[in-house]
Amino acid sequence: MLSKSAARNFFLLGTFLCFGVFVMLTVDTISKVPAQTNAQNITDAVKRGKMLFDSNNCMGCHTILGEGAYYAPDLTKSYTQKGKTFIKAMLTDPEAIYPGRRKMVKYNFSEEEKEDLVAFLKWISEMDLNGFPPKPGIN
Amino acid sequence: MKYKTQKIAYYFFATCMLLLVLQIFFGFVMGFAHMGMDGLHSIIPFNAARASHNNLLVVWLLTGFMGAAHYIVPEECERELESPMLAYIQLGSLILVGVTAVIGFHLNWWEGRKFLEIPRALDYLVVINVLMFIYNIGMTIWKAKKKTTTVLVLFFGLLMAALLYLPGLIPTDNQTMDSYWRWWVVHLWVEGVWELIMGAILSYLLIKLTGVDREIVEKWLYIIVGITFLSGILGTGHHYYYIGTPRYWLMIGGIFSALEPLAFLGIAIYAVTIAKKGQRNHPNQMALTWTIGCAIISFVGAGFLGFAHTLPQVNMYTHGTLVTAMHGHMAFWGAYAMLVLSIITYALPNLTGRKLANDNLSVYAFWATTVGMIAMTIAFGIAGVAQVYLQRKMGLDFLAVQEEIQVHFMGVIFAAVVFTSGVVAYVYQFIRCGLPMETLSKDKEYV
Repeated sequence: MLSKSAARNFFLLGTFLCFGVFVMLTVDTISKVPAQTNAQNITDAVKRGKMLFDSNNCMGCHTILGEGAYYAPDLTKSYTQKGKTFIKAMLTDPEAIYPGRRKMVKYNFSEEEKEDLVAFLKWISEMDLNGFPPKPGIN
Repeated sequence: MKYKTQKIAYYFFATCMLLLVLQIFFGFVMGFAHMGMDGLHSIIPFNAARASHNNLLVVWLLTGFMGAAHYIVPEECERELESPMLAYIQLGSLILVGVTAVIGFHLNWWEGRKFLEIPRALDYLVVINVLMFIYNIGMTIWKAKKKTTTVLVLFFGLLMAALLYLPGLIPTDNQTMDSYWRWWVVHLWVEGVWELIMGAILSYLLIKLTGVDREIVEKWLYIIVGITFLSGILGTGHHYYYIGTPRYWLMIGGIFSALEPLAFLGIAIYAVTIAKKGQRNHPNQMALTWTIGCAIISFVGAGFLGFAHTLPQVNMYTHGTLVTAMHGHMAFWGAYAMLVLSIITYALPNLTGRKLANDNLSVYAFWATTVGMIAMTIAFGIAGVAQVYLQRKMGLDFLAVQEEIQVHFMGVIFAAVVFTSGVVAYVYQFIRCGLPMETLSKDKEYV
């Protein structure tokens, strides 16, 4: 039967091996993500939009790239599905668009800030996400 | 307790109790909001409740691990803690940071990254705080004559947990890389180094409660943490399927995360086998019940339910739905919340000299929380699967689907009430035990 030192070696070897592979894959991922996410399109407006997205914890209700909370719609394709006008209207007065239904916090964004958020969501919508979100359809 | 400084653990555990109760409060706020009762929206908007619920969980679990370390390390190392003063300062400052964070969330002050919502300024304070803790525990172990495997695995787990907080601070403008590093923290914590902490605490408890030979327990500890890392490190890939990262993660993440349940299965078999083997009939029966419960529920919640939606073909549809909430609740409860409650159940009578662990109310606490959490998980699961079919398969509008599945949140809340009654019983028993003893007194403890 396995001795304690053999068990320890199994633990140490397996861990270092897997971590080594993980680090190599991470290096490769870092080199490939810019092309897959169109990083050349990350303008200053997109950066400011991301800042606003994070500093207001939009992920606390919404998901983006499928990550976040499950209280409000996924925003990954919101730009292509709903369009700029709808998003800006939603950011101005959510209650006016969905009266009496699930509430969103009403933020007092300036016109420029709304444009920045739209720019961010547009950039997100153009990423290659390996097929996510799936197209609806029952076979 | 054998060493005076072990009593510091009590104050960490008491903090856990307080934060757990607060966490549940925010859970109810969200549950009712999902049912359409969002009367608190203007004071506690959903995103504030959500950030509070998650962060309180993380903080109370970490506080519990720290408490466990303060209890276990002196005993295993056979010496007093390096600096009791530093431990109190560290706990005090941790509470301060936590309270500031939760109040900040309600004032729209945060960083908005799931699980890592606290603002950057507070991140740095957390780093300093954890360094104090690591120094104190590390020096206690360093200067000890005896260094057991259990204590080394525990320390390595705590140290790695501290270090793995750092990738989350890497600045990036790319949402994909932001997520990429965030999972380095969150995944490598819960499906990596936290399992080391879990393995070590379970080993300590099993050695104490069953009387099985340390060499056997610790040998299996190595094997289990070995399997954990073999599957868990590359298993991080299951977060990299659909966030703008290369396609090879679908295969790597799929294969390795499918192996992750093995580590939890290993833990369950290990705990049950050792408990059966044990010749000792330890008088603190509930501590053993919690320990075995932790090992089994963590397999079901983290292992089995994680596996249920980890394959890329399934995850394509379940990613970003309530199915994740189903897995998340039972996984965190089984693996880490029950672990902290196990060590508290074991340590509390020894710290306070009050033997209430086997009271009816203590037994009730275990069963009500366990049954409540199982029921809550089922309710989340039904809501999640319905959501997947209506929204992802049939393409119905998000809000329309949410209104359709509101009824399942009645199930969630009903289960949560049962669960909460168990937590209240647990906390009540904790309070009844009173403060820790000033002098060491062996005869008041379970032996």
